[in-house]
Amino acid sequence: MAATTKAKGPQARAKKPPVPKVWKLRLYVAGQTPKSIRAFANLEVLCEQHLKGRYQIEVIDLLEHPEMARGDQIIALPTLVIKLPQAVRQIIGDLSNTDRVLVGMALQPLV
Amino acid sequence: MTKKARRQSPLLPKALTGIQGLDEITGGGLPSGRPTLVCGGAGSGKTLFGVEFLVRGATQYNEPGVFISFEETIPDLMKNAASLGFDLEQLVADKKLFIDHVHISRNEIAETGEYDLEGLFIRIADAVKRVGAKRVVLDTLEVLFGEFANPGILRGEIRRLFSWLKQKGLTTVVTAERDRPDKLTRNGIEEFVSDCVIVLDHRTREEISTRRLRVVKYRGSTHGTNEYPFLIDDHGISVLPISSLSLDHAAPTGRISTGIDRLDGMMGGKGFFRGSSILMSGTAGTGKTTVAAHVVDAACRRGERCLYFAFEESPRQIVRNVRSIGIDLEPWLRKGLLQFHAARPTYAGIEEVLLVTHKHIGSFKPSVVVVDPITNLLTVSTMNEVRSMLTRLVDFLKTQEITAVFASLTSVGGYLEANEADISSLMDTWLLLKAIEVGGERNRALYVLKSRGMEHSNQIREFVLTPQGLKLLDVYLGPEGVLTGSARISQEGREKAAGTSRQQQLEGRGRELDRKREIFEARMTMLRAEFQVEEETIQRTIAESRLLNDELLQDRGQMKRSREADASVYKNGKTAPPNGKTAPAARAT
Repeated sequence: MAATTKAKGPQARAKKPPVPKVWKLRLYVAGQTPKSIRAFANLEVLCEQHLKGRYQIEVIDLLEHPEMARGDQIIALPTLVIKLPQAVRQIIGDLSNTDRVLVGMALQPLV
Repeated sequence: MTKKARRQSPLLPKALTGIQGLDEITGGGLPSGRPTLVCGGAGSGKTLFGVEFLVRGATQYNEPGVFISFEETIPDLMKNAASLGFDLEQLVADKKLFIDHVHISRNEIAETGEYDLEGLFIRIADAVKRVGAKRVVLDTLEVLFGEFANPGILRGEIRRLFSWLKQKGLTTVVTAERDRPDKLTRNGIEEFVSDCVIVLDHRTREEISTRRLRVVKYRGSTHGTNEYPFLIDDHGISVLPISSLSLDHAAPTGRISTGIDRLDGMMGGKGFFRGSSILMSGTAGTGKTTVAAHVVDAACRRGERCLYFAFEESPRQIVRNVRSIGIDLEPWLRKGLLQFHAARPTYAGIEEVLLVTHKHIGSFKPSVVVVDPITNLLTVSTMNEVRSMLTRLVDFLKTQEITAVFASLTSVGGYLEANEADISSLMDTWLLLKAIEVGGERNRALYVLKSRGMEHSNQIREFVLTPQGLKLLDVYLGPEGVLTGSARISQEGREKAAGTSRQQQLEGRGRELDRKREIFEARMTMLRAEFQVEEETIQRTIAESRLLNDELLQDRGQMKRSREADASVYKNGKTAPPNGKTAPAARAT
């Protein structure tokens, strides 16, 4: 699946050697909608704050890869799926509620 | 898409569902290119409705489909469909069907801001594109209401989904849970689906469950508004509509024998009309099954197929019992001309029983059907329902030109003719079998209470069951009506005795005549004898007197000759007088 993904992981900083563990995040969007742009921006900020240097973001545009929606059971968009560390939780919405995102990612206790 | 629609207005194209009976009710199927809501309680058959809609579309109408399952997983769905005779796996492999399982769970998602359901749209659009789908089933979309915290977003998105489906021209079936009788769906999604709403119902009455289907709404189209019973079996759903809203079935004029000569005789000598419905009612033990067995036997002898629905006895029991009166059904069973279907109606609802009946008739294509007895259906339903079901069955049989014999058990003591009045009007011929109790015995009699379109006997006829079958006896009328049993036998005896004495009288007269003739002849002989005696005497007297006369003449001649008074005569003539007494003459010369 990863072969077909279009990883536009932002800054190359993310590719530092995995110290404790690397977070692999996948953000599903459908085209460049305000919501998806907002979600990506929010995610980036959040990762910089809490996972600096320990994350990869993969953005998947379902308009281009519709079949990928089935694999991760995507219904709502945007949806953030945490591939590593493995989590069953999906985080949907534009990620504007940072607290909820952190709870969703189980990062809140760490802060 | 319109080419699949049948007899619809040009404004409202319809898509045939292929579900047996549903297309009749809806006048050609579901609104094509529009969503239809199918709602019902748990286990009412919503999912199967959707599955069959897609399977029929893919296999019969060349309309591939997409099944979006919000509840069942794909393997589960396939397994369930297989038990109903649908091979979804094959359809998927043939790219005629695409199944997507949408799994979502509230505790696996965290809502963190604005979102929409574009992901679902994309999945459906992708699935539709993959198989070129014309039909979509969303089962059960409402699950989403439980999983997303924001119903406002959800409603907006569902509204958008339906307009998107319409815009794509997809004939869609949306299922929804109905948990309260006053509401169609739990979350009111009927407000989005305004074209067609079908309610499925699975209710239990007196421990017997029946499934029913009702078209609540069908915008822009007429439709049957009744509740129609339906059945789910190994061939999917079958809805049982009232098969003929109009009474326009053919009326064959052919006649078929009842297998009992003298019963045929009671109906103009030719028996029943082919394709007619015959009600045979009677109290217990009056011989209904026997008459039915005769009809069946006669039909099989003609090489026609018979279907026997036994609701009371097992087939083997019937075969054994009628063998005792000389009817052997075994060979017909072996030849496949006769088929039995025995079941207690209590195993299912009446609708199911009659649907099964329909199905068997449809597959076996008999020309004679026996239902024995219809009264057993009453044990599972009310009179009203039984009548409506029988109306449907009778209509169905008539359109198929199948002759049907319905046995009906009347309760002892009830007024025979009134009890069946509710259904008798559906019947063309009504044979009433009854027991006549008189003089300490019980005898069987039958009569033709009515028989439309033919002359029929008005006589109540006694019959007996003999090892050679059912025999109608002659009618003996006594002062109190028809005589049966011993009364008949004694009447027969009396008539025989009277006959004998008449015969004897006649013979006596004959003998007297003979005697008189003998006397007469004896007298004649005597008279003749007397006459002969007299005659002889007279003859003798005559002869003697003639002799005397001759002698007298002779003597006179001699005297003459001797006196030579006339000598020349005797001298020249030489002829003697006729008496030849020449001697005296010669002597005279």
